[in-house]
Amino acid sequence: MDRRLTALTGALVVACAAYLFWGLGPRWQFILGLRAPKLAGMLLVGAAIAVATMVFQTLCRNRVLTPQIMGFDALYILMQTALVAGLGVGGYAGLSLSAKFGIEVVFMTLAALMLFGTLLGRGTQDIARLVLTGVIFGVMFRSFSGFLARIIDPNAFAVVQAASFASFTAIEPALLPVTGALCIGTIGVALWMAPRLDVLALGQPIAVSLGLAHDRLVIVALIMVAVLVSVATALVGPIAFFGLLVSGLAHELTGSARHARLLPMAILVGCLMLVIGQTLFERFLGLQSTLSVVIEFAGGVFFLWLLLKGRMR
Amino acid sequence: MICVEGVSHSIGKTEILHDISVEIPKGKVTALVGPNGAGKSTLLSLIGRLMPLQSGRISVDGADTVQTPSRDLARLMAILSQTNTLGSRLRVRELVAFGRWPHHQGRPTAEDVQQVNDALVALDLIALGDRFLEALSGGQRQRAFIAMALAQGADWLLLDEPLAALDMAFARRIMAQLVTLRAAGRSVVVVVHDINHAAVWADHIVAMKAGRIAAEGPPQAVCTSKVLGDIYGMDLRVTEIDGKPLVLHHL
Ligand SMILES: Nc1ncnc2c1ncn2[C@@H]1O[C@H](COP(=O)(O)OP(=O)(O)O)[C@@H](O)[C@H]1O
Ligand SMILES: [Mg+2]
Repeated sequence: MDRRLTALTGALVVACAAYLFWGLGPRWQFILGLRAPKLAGMLLVGAAIAVATMVFQTLCRNRVLTPQIMGFDALYILMQTALVAGLGVGGYAGLSLSAKFGIEVVFMTLAALMLFGTLLGRGTQDIARLVLTGVIFGVMFRSFSGFLARIIDPNAFAVVQAASFASFTAIEPALLPVTGALCIGTIGVALWMAPRLDVLALGQPIAVSLGLAHDRLVIVALIMVAVLVSVATALVGPIAFFGLLVSGLAHELTGSARHARLLPMAILVGCLMLVIGQTLFERFLGLQSTLSVVIEFAGGVFFLWLLLKGRMR
Repeated sequence: MICVEGVSHSIGKTEILHDISVEIPKGKVTALVGPNGAGKSTLLSLIGRLMPLQSGRISVDGADTVQTPSRDLARLMAILSQTNTLGSRLRVRELVAFGRWPHHQGRPTAEDVQQVNDALVALDLIALGDRFLEALSGGQRQRAFIAMALAQGADWLLLDEPLAALDMAFARRIMAQLVTLRAAGRSVVVVVHDINHAAVWADHIVAMKAGRIAAEGPPQAVCTSKVLGDIYGMDLRVTEIDGKPLVLHHL
């Protein structure tokens, strides 16, 4: 195994232990019970966003786009709002968490396939059009969910608002089993398909010439992205630029184009950033909920840097 | 033999191929020529199943390109399109190695490594093998893509303007290489821009104009001032050197 992968795995284990056991105090059982689900959530989100971003970037053959920039998370929030609107706040709260999440993921996947399937299936070369479409979809989804929430009920507005801000501290433990299973399953499939993703990255004409079932793989990849973004958004809310940081670092650290190495590296980088960041902010700076803001800021700066350097591919 | 029967193709409301039927002989080097926008790339992409076939039927050595699994077709034919945009940052050797994918699906054997090496040698790329593609000139990159198609080891090689970015030394070398492949029992279809490359190296020429087949036959039959003059809409002088037609299109 790669030395860097081993080193990062070790670092992640240490970081997780530090997050769990640092400054436990006398009521340690209670504190551990609070920390463990949060840690699990962060690991899930880090891995989900890492893999979603890598697969998505392979899909559009571009290293600047993330599913979030293309409006995937806004789509997820729209689904959630539509559910609140359709069922009423009472009905929404009455649904079991996993049923709710299941419905959202299914709708999200279908919508993503309809909206982005044709766009990506043609192996579009036109990055500017892709970005613009994504930005427009994003704004559309966001305003439509705002509109829906307002016309139904003022209480619904609060429910939607709460879901629309990213926070790594507000992870809902009850969601962990279902999101965890989905997330781990999907990542497993992604790793298994790694060699085929390598071929997909060569672009439609070459991939087809080499006999890859291109269009089917695009659909499968899109489903994986939709599921992973749903998982991450359900757990912590929308985060746009985090994935960009992760994929940029993973590419730097691996120096290889092989997904079998890129995906594990991205997962490690994503998890490490979240766990170390959260440990720092929570224990040393005493700031509970600012990590997402800082990550977004750093990611945004990185995004600008990529654009200005002309690294569109 | 590649058999194209009654193929039409439209993009939006404009029809760009009009009911094309043509047979491309096996074991030969066939050149596809014609003015810009004649539909050469479109026809080649349809044969290579890069675009969905809208009407008609295409078969390669009897294998219908719509019915036959893509994986089987990949061992029957390799197609290199005119422009290629990669999503990943690859070294020359890595790119060429992907040519073997239809044979190993991700687990290369010693035989695959050997084939990749042969393709690199054939295009004089050994010294550039560890360079990143974006650190190459257009012509060098083009050679890497051709090497990948070559490494695929398919019976049929379809190349869309492989000479586009090459200097004259490499252009001649590639054409000579294609003739060597024919000697090894493979068949080649190549879109060429310079009619004289077709005149000298091809066994068979298919000329297209405005989405139709305008002429086909051996170079002596197609490369005449009458036939080519009609297709390109210009006055042309044609002479002969060593028994091969030479089109003086620049005079
Ligand atoms: N995406 C497209 N939309 C509309 N017309 C197109 C498109 N692609 C190609 N064409 C048209 O189809 C015709 C044939 O194109 P092509 O097969 O690329 O020609 P060639 O390779 O012979 O130069 C041209 O007239 C071109 O303008
Ligand atoms: Mg062309």
